[in-house]
Amino acid sequence: MEKNIKLELYSKMVLIRAVEETISERYDQQKMRCPTHLSTGQEAVSAAVGLALQNKDLAVSTHRSHGHYLGKGGNISRMIAEIYGKEGGCSKGRGGSMHLIDLSVGFMGSTAIVGNSIPIGAGLGLSLKLDKSDNISCIFIGDGATEEGVFAETVNFCAQKKLPVLFLCENNFYSVYSPLSVRQPKDRPIYKMVEAMGIKSHQGEGNDVFGVYKTVLDVISSIRKGDGPRFLEFNTYRWREHCGPNYDNHIGYRAEDEFLEWKKKDPILLAEKQLIKENILTHKMISSIDHVVKDEVDKAFQFAEDSPFPKKEDVFKYIYAGV
Amino acid sequence: MSREISFTKAINEALFIAMEFDSKVLCYGLGVDDPKHIFDTTIGLQEEFGKERVFDTPTSENAMTGVAIGASLVGYRPVMVHQRLDFFLLAMDQLVNAAAKWHYMFGGKSSVPIVIRLIIGRGWGQGPTHSQSLQSWFAHIPGLKVVMPSSPKEAKGLLLSSIFDENPVLFLEHRWLHNQEEDVPEGDFRIPLGTANLIKHGTDITIIGMSYMNTEALKCLEFLKLQGISCELIDLRSINPIDWNTIIKSVKKTKKLLVLDTGSETGSLAAEIIAKVSIELFSEMEAPPARICLPDAPVPAGFSLTEDFYPTSFDIAKKVCSMFDVIINEDDFKHSSSPHDVPGDWFKGPF
Repeated sequence: MEKNIKLELYSKMVLIRAVEETISERYDQQKMRCPTHLSTGQEAVSAAVGLALQNKDLAVSTHRSHGHYLGKGGNISRMIAEIYGKEGGCSKGRGGSMHLIDLSVGFMGSTAIVGNSIPIGAGLGLSLKLDKSDNISCIFIGDGATEEGVFAETVNFCAQKKLPVLFLCENNFYSVYSPLSVRQPKDRPIYKMVEAMGIKSHQGEGNDVFGVYKTVLDVISSIRKGDGPRFLEFNTYRWREHCGPNYDNHIGYRAEDEFLEWKKKDPILLAEKQLIKENILTHKMISSIDHVVKDEVDKAFQFAEDSPFPKKEDVFKYIYAGV
Repeated sequence: MSREISFTKAINEALFIAMEFDSKVLCYGLGVDDPKHIFDTTIGLQEEFGKERVFDTPTSENAMTGVAIGASLVGYRPVMVHQRLDFFLLAMDQLVNAAAKWHYMFGGKSSVPIVIRLIIGRGWGQGPTHSQSLQSWFAHIPGLKVVMPSSPKEAKGLLLSSIFDENPVLFLEHRWLHNQEEDVPEGDFRIPLGTANLIKHGTDITIIGMSYMNTEALKCLEFLKLQGISCELIDLRSINPIDWNTIIKSVKKTKKLLVLDTGSETGSLAAEIIAKVSIELFSEMEAPPARICLPDAPVPAGFSLTEDFYPTSFDIAKKVCSMFDVIINEDDFKHSSSPHDVPGDWFKGPF
């Protein structure tokens, strides 16, 4: 893997982490008045998939989509302004944190209801196939979404039509507070279930950004060649609470020890260690990256602060298109 | 030029014209290319436009609705069909949380130009889950357009407009209209969405019908005229948005209102129309507004139970006469000769 790709993956993770942690830090200012689902700890998949996809590849995502949006190249300022409910937001303050869009980079939308964007991603895949495009559609999901009926329906349709679709599942082992063990049968990995439904599937370590990148790149190249849809499951872990800015290991649904084990596998630290060992990254470069990222994040928050609120009387705008 | 064709042929013609006009129009749903071709409405389309644009689907109503949404985001115009509206209830997440909201919740960045044809069953034992008329549910969701054609000409003109509209449109076809025939213009003929249709001018009462209820209404207008009552009949046809101007203007003139709804009474479109008209014209009305709807019960399947379930033209005549204190003799009214559970002799079942 080229050195600059490795550095780019690392920097992208640092950026996503900085955005999420800044949201967390400033959340109690009460200016971000919407539910936010932070992806701290899960940055590797977002950075790797975002870089492996081309600009014209399309993506849809979920309630926890900040990382996917930023990974794909979505505009940071417009995302933060959206969380602030401002007119300058990517959805003009109508959608909030859970409804992000940046058409200029093929990020077609994230939606809040679990599983909701899955068939929409398949529809994008159908359009790419009809257009005889060699681009693909990437559907970001979590482990919970694989329990929805629409997931099974969509996997079946994509397999039947051999659509250029990548199902990208981040398994973080919790649906809100409900662990995977109460939701799915023991000894039946998600990717095995999907494989049995007719889609080639693979499972990998979701905190190893270079490994994820390599796997995703391979799989995408098969999909581009017309080999049909693929399913990738990456194990990872969200550090903070399901929804909100805090840590919540004390409330009793998961053990602090489990969190600490995953924290040892912090994707940013893992990458940092490897890149230092490979003489690609130095401590000086780390400070410099941190500095650039902090500047970018500060500017994004300033943009959000400066952007006006939508006018109250515009609440009826955008109900219908073409008017 | 126009010529007499059936409602199903009119639908088929609209689909042909739309697919010919725009190569981005797709047509899919369970059974579109099967030997029955959705009551012949999709006949010939696959042969003409190919298997990529016209295709049968898995039995996955929710996912296939999402697929339509996804394809529409990048320029396609999918037209989906369900042989009964009731099956589409499996797709409410995609309809309500995605299709209806998409344009709004992304600040107008993209839109969802899809059409979903839903066929409402009636009679011949269709029963609780094959004959629901849920237009008022759908009308309750901001962002959706809801259309109910009442005749072949309306079906063609409204379907073409629906397909080329930029928004999600639910197109509700009443099964009992499918065999009706009428003069229908040839070519690309469109009726603007959001407009009601003044079918018959009158001076004494405004009757607002929708879908098949217009057929019943038309059967009793002559009788009512003989009783000295001049009825103005308006076909609502656009369930959302509603053409309030046409309704208000008419009721301002007649000062009496009767609404005919194909759905059950509570929370009906009739309730909404009566509420709005009462609020706006309360002091001008000469009688309390009235409505004729289905009973607030699931639709039963059995022959005997359905006998009085669906209101007929005679029920409409009785209701109107009661609003004018006119007493009528049932024997003077020409009743339908068909059994109560079929639209005419053409219908031999099974659905």
